[in-house]
Amino acid sequence: MLALIAGVALLPLALANNYHYEIAILVGLNAIVCVGLNLLIGYAGQISLGHAGFFGIGAYGSAILTARYGWPPLAALVAASAAAAALAFAVGRPILRLRGHYLAMATLGLGIIISIVVATEDRYTGGPDGMSVPPLALAGFTLAGERAWYWLVGALLVATVWLSLNLIESPVGRALRALHGSEVAAEVSGIDSARHKLLAFALSAAIAALAGALTAHYAGFITPGKVTFLHSIELVVMVVFGGMASTFGAVVGAAVLTALPQLLTVFKEYEMVVFGSVMMLTMIFMPRGLVPTIAALAARRRKAP
Amino acid sequence: MSAQLAQFLLSGLTVGAIYALVALGFCIIYNASHVINFAQGEFVMIGGMAAASFLGAGLPLPLAALAAVALAALIGMALVKFAVEPARGASVVTLIIITIGAAILLRGLASIVWDKRIHALPAFSGEQPIEIAGATLAPQSLWVIGVTALIVAALWWFFNRTLTGKAILAVSHNRLAAQLMGISVRRVLLVSFGLSAALGALAGILIAPITFTSWDVGVMLGLKGFAAAILGGMGSGPGAVLGGLTLGLLESLGAGYISSAYKDAIAFIIILVVLVLMPGGLLGGRATERV
Amino acid sequence: MKLHAWFAAALLAVSAAAQAQAPIRIGAFLSVTGPAAFLGDPEQKTLELYVERLNADGGVLGRKLELVSYDSGGDAEKARTFAKRLIEQDRVDLIVGGSTTGETMAVVPLVEAAGLPFISLAGAVVIVEPVKKWVFKTPHTDRMACDKIFVDMKARGVSKAALISGSGGFDKSMRAQCQGVAKNHGIDVVADETYGASDTDMTTQLTKIRNTPGVQAVLNAGFGQGPAIVTKNYRQLGITVPLYQSHGVASKQYINLAGDAAEGVRLPAAALLVAESLPDSDPQKKVVVSYKQAYETHFKQDVSTFGGHAYDGLMLAVAAMKKAGSTDKAKVRDALEQIRGYMGTAGVVNMSAQDHMGLDLTAFRMLEVRKGDWVLAR
Repeated sequence: MLALIAGVALLPLALANNYHYEIAILVGLNAIVCVGLNLLIGYAGQISLGHAGFFGIGAYGSAILTARYGWPPLAALVAASAAAAALAFAVGRPILRLRGHYLAMATLGLGIIISIVVATEDRYTGGPDGMSVPPLALAGFTLAGERAWYWLVGALLVATVWLSLNLIESPVGRALRALHGSEVAAEVSGIDSARHKLLAFALSAAIAALAGALTAHYAGFITPGKVTFLHSIELVVMVVFGGMASTFGAVVGAAVLTALPQLLTVFKEYEMVVFGSVMMLTMIFMPRGLVPTIAALAARRRKAP
Repeated sequence: MSAQLAQFLLSGLTVGAIYALVALGFCIIYNASHVINFAQGEFVMIGGMAAASFLGAGLPLPLAALAAVALAALIGMALVKFAVEPARGASVVTLIIITIGAAILLRGLASIVWDKRIHALPAFSGEQPIEIAGATLAPQSLWVIGVTALIVAALWWFFNRTLTGKAILAVSHNRLAAQLMGISVRRVLLVSFGLSAALGALAGILIAPITFTSWDVGVMLGLKGFAAAILGGMGSGPGAVLGGLTLGLLESLGAGYISSAYKDAIAFIIILVVLVLMPGGLLGGRATERV
Repeated sequence: MKLHAWFAAALLAVSAAAQAQAPIRIGAFLSVTGPAAFLGDPEQKTLELYVERLNADGGVLGRKLELVSYDSGGDAEKARTFAKRLIEQDRVDLIVGGSTTGETMAVVPLVEAAGLPFISLAGAVVIVEPVKKWVFKTPHTDRMACDKIFVDMKARGVSKAALISGSGGFDKSMRAQCQGVAKNHGIDVVADETYGASDTDMTTQLTKIRNTPGVQAVLNAGFGQGPAIVTKNYRQLGITVPLYQSHGVASKQYINLAGDAAEGVRLPAAALLVAESLPDSDPQKKVVVSYKQAYETHFKQDVSTFGGHAYDGLMLAVAAMKKAGSTDKAKVRDALEQIRGYMGTAGVVNMSAQDHMGLDLTAFRMLEVRKGDWVLAR
């Protein structure tokens, strides 16, 4: 935790220009989504291939409320996140009874339905070409510039990680982990599995929506590209890549997979080939993800005389 | 009015047969390894693109098709050899991420080896539409529907009448027990990935005259195939076909009678409802979790 | 005092010399992959080819050109990040790029804030209406395409038309524009159908159109494989009223894909597609033939109007720099705005403070497919 705070605080020393800040901010926003998603995937053991949908509800909800209805951004942001949580709560009840690949399909379908609505209702959303979003402002003060955004996103990331770590160590967190191990065993020991799964689902949806709303206000423009199922899969890949059931793994996964494409531009047309290879090789040789594998290596080295 | 309905049904069946073919590929690999192979759509792409490029190089269509299927099968087996096997013991989610990586890699390779343009294959038996009950059907659609039916029959024979097929089923039911019976899980994996890749490639070749092919067609076809396989019940062959045809018909009737803009959304809403009512898909068995 | 002046002058001379050595950096972000790859791919190829050619001819203002280009994959967010990279990190002198409208619009606030000339290669009207100080564009707008098509329909006695379009940005924007201007031409849009970006069969939508009473012509707004499938399904269903396609399929590839079904299809496009068959008196002939031959011999691929947009963008940038006599961003912008009578692949460009595209309807030709090739209609 301290390492993360120190990292966020010291990183600006290495950021030379606004483009570097931009990447850091995008990493932070993705990391927030992934920490939330990890509660669901890593701890509750429930897969979701539809989180870009919740991200989209946050982004478009906040964008439409501010741009079309003149809401103050902060209220819009909160309302959009609450709406995502409410939808997750309502849909989660029947859907979370499904297991494994069926749950994956159901969440995938949910995400796709949201993305179709966003792309089709162009009167509100601007359709596939996207819409402009007003900047984040509070009481006459407008949050502008990469540096200000960096500190906001950094602080929110630290808060999300703190929330996640506390939740995991709480009775609720233990119940969630029990679910991941074996749902039947958890239920036998008196855990209300449906309620806990629903809680993780709704919480992760709200966090994704919050990050979505922030992304929209930060970029000043939003298109349905971030609501597609490909983005949902991207988010899951970040979580697994960094290491499931590891909060810092989610942060690292988001950081690596957000920054990597920027580094790979030197490969030009070979970019996809290299990216795919890196993904495959990492998962083949570190099947548990980056952070848990490296942590295990470090622990082994410490034990060795 | 009934001619209109007939047209919607024919359109739905054509599209549905395509989805069914892709779904069958998902099914075979799932049965052998419990992995959802997200690179399945790429095999469809490789089939179409390779056939188009072999044809362009002067091979006659049947030979080009054969070569394309063989190429895809080899790539499928290479995927097992170099990606799935080295990651033995990894969780299913990790294996799925590996297949996503493979899909990106294959797409990237295709865009370099071939190009980023759209290609077409000639229709196998002309373009003169066939008239049925006032509706029309392209002859190529009959090829798609016919070959799908043939493949379902062949797969049934393979899984129920041949030793290799039975071995795959045995591994799917209980991996450890199958191993104890002397079945080589490695060979089963190799065969099932090769078979499923070949099937995907065949689908890609069959549909290329109707839908064309390009380096990135695999994404959407893979998604629809996955949806079809789940709708039918993952791992069930007849389920995959039923799921594919249902999905195709849902889209066509949804577009015809409700809204063409929302036809995909309508199809996915119905899939959600079906899953909530029947958590194992249309033909899926009721699975119990081992404690 | 005198010494100081001398010193300052010497410093200026040194820095000017250093600047003369440094290459002019042209930035680009294009959808080289992704759903709009058929736009970005020829655009990228064209920019590479012509930057090389310009350098072989000694560059611009005595300096070499350097192309810094990124693949945005059609993703607006990626495009914005890359634009920031071009502005902040690569410090380019000008941007030519933005294959799609979504990418372009996501980048507009950045270039406006940074004060960097930006020539977009995307189609929609919103890019230049209202005029944005630093933003220009080279392709015709979708509204012009609608106008051109409706004028042609009217001339053929059509008053009721059906619309079928894809779900992508290009398709939806053109659909909205066509619905908007149809009334001006006295044309009723009596049916309006949509298909998904990667749909494999459109007979359902076309059946609905066929069964709509009074349809005298059908207009398909879209690009990629969709319009080719529409064309095939159209013939399969035996629909006989005229079919119009948009400038989104303005390449030989469309005919190759749709085959015989494309016979008789009309679309508005730049003269590039019929370069060789233009009369010698046509002022545009020289430029389009030269570009077409250069592209086709170098890449062994049929030319498309999309690559032509990138050619126009680069050449406009070069013309503006020459006119401004420097790469000073404000001067180049002013020079761009004053370009008149530039002959490009899309037509004659007459920029002004009110018009940052500078094309009119005469730049569009109505083409028709005859015997498997594009010809000028009538």
